[in-house]
Amino acid sequence: MASEALPSGAPAERSHGRRLLVIWGALTVVGVLLIVFVAGPHMPPGDFSQEARDQREINILLASLAVPVLFGVWACLVYIVSNFRQGEGALQDGPPVRGHSRLQVAWVVATAVVVLSLGAFGTEELLGSAKGAGGGQGPDPLAVPAGPKLQVQVIGQQWAWTFRYPAYGGVETPELALPAGQTTELHVTSLDVSHSFWAIQLGVKADAIPGSDNVTFVRPRRTGTFEIRCAELCGLWHGHMHNTGTVMTPSGFAAWIRQQQVANAPATRTLPPYSTHYFPDPQRRAG
Amino acid sequence: MLVALYVVDFLAATPSTVKAAEAPGGARLTLQTVASYGHSPHPDWVSYLVKDGGGKWHHTTVFQVPAHSLVHVTIYQYDTATGLRNPFWSQVRGTVGGTMAVDGRTMNALNPDLASHTFAIPDMGISVPLKGVADDAKNQCSVAPCPLSMAHTTITFTFRTGKKGKYRWQCFVPCAASFIFGNGGPMQSPGWMDGYLVVV
Repeated sequence: MASEALPSGAPAERSHGRRLLVIWGALTVVGVLLIVFVAGPHMPPGDFSQEARDQREINILLASLAVPVLFGVWACLVYIVSNFRQGEGALQDGPPVRGHSRLQVAWVVATAVVVLSLGAFGTEELLGSAKGAGGGQGPDPLAVPAGPKLQVQVIGQQWAWTFRYPAYGGVETPELALPAGQTTELHVTSLDVSHSFWAIQLGVKADAIPGSDNVTFVRPRRTGTFEIRCAELCGLWHGHMHNTGTVMTPSGFAAWIRQQQVANAPATRTLPPYSTHYFPDPQRRAG
Repeated sequence: MLVALYVVDFLAATPSTVKAAEAPGGARLTLQTVASYGHSPHPDWVSYLVKDGGGKWHHTTVFQVPAHSLVHVTIYQYDTATGLRNPFWSQVRGTVGGTMAVDGRTMNALNPDLASHTFAIPDMGISVPLKGVADDAKNQCSVAPCPLSMAHTTITFTFRTGKKGKYRWQCFVPCAASFIFGNGGPMQSPGWMDGYLVVV
């Protein structure tokens, strides 16, 4: 009924369509360039390791893919509200779009292409490439990087992280220090409830589960500091389970570990032999 | 409405703040740990108490101390040993001289199995293990506040405060009896086995 009362306006529709396409294209180009060249280098997690760089590249790619979709919606919304707003005194809606098969096909195809491409990309990243499922494990979660590795045990408990270095007499500290350029083998576990070890700028994240020894690898590329957080709600002081880790030069790390050995000698004497598994008796309570 | 009531109840349940007594060059903080508080709402929960400048014991774990000052701490420890799950916390850290005195004996670490609780302020790098009373000790205290005539160990140490702020402190011994892994109840409740050091 409404469509009969209004002129078809086909040339005007084409003009609106071309204008919208131009606006959308311009916004998309500018947006993608900003994402890739301006925001991209600052996107998390950082570039402390190859894993972190890979994760950042994925973040840039996903943000770049989101830009045309986002600007497409926004451009349509703003353009339509600006140009087809109902005037004063108008008593009826505009004509509905019915049976526009080209628009329907384009919508379905574009959506399918975006979703299927992302699905294929994600599958390839997880299974087919050398990047693996994150956390530095590589394509196979059981894969072990070649070459010498520094073993570090990451121990979570309510509410603190501590780090044990078995190769240096089992010295344990509340600070995580790693040498640059060397592969580190992190053994992540918990003494009580589930925690999640997340060294953000290193691109490493692993669950800390009591009775489990979750192994992950990372090779820091340069010196500097990185953040460590617990990424799993673990109780009252969960928000306080954060540390600042440091990547040092190999000589700086050697000096630091000697310092820790001296400082922690009284406690190291009482520490039990290094174990990759802690499974404390939950009823251990004398009081 | 229920969420609002919960939030109000949570805020209203915040423990009161007790100011540490003044001492030359800083403050004196006197605490006691008890195996069970002995009163409602949780008579069987393990807890800390603090003594004010007038000598009265308060059931709170929010202590106020001055910034950039020495704080002399005395803890009367009435609970028996539970043992440390992570022996890392058996070392005395962050105190003046890196030591504590247990019944007058200077020590820099404790056998992890003898620990009953710890007094630890992670953000200040301070951790002190507290030696438990022997299981078979006579005259054990069961209701707070416990008098010095009952079985206890006395732990003293001094630490220096830094800038103003609100620092959380906690016990690292899983000492909450009847809770899974020993970490529920009093370990998760300010006013019992954790709280704040308010540095002003």
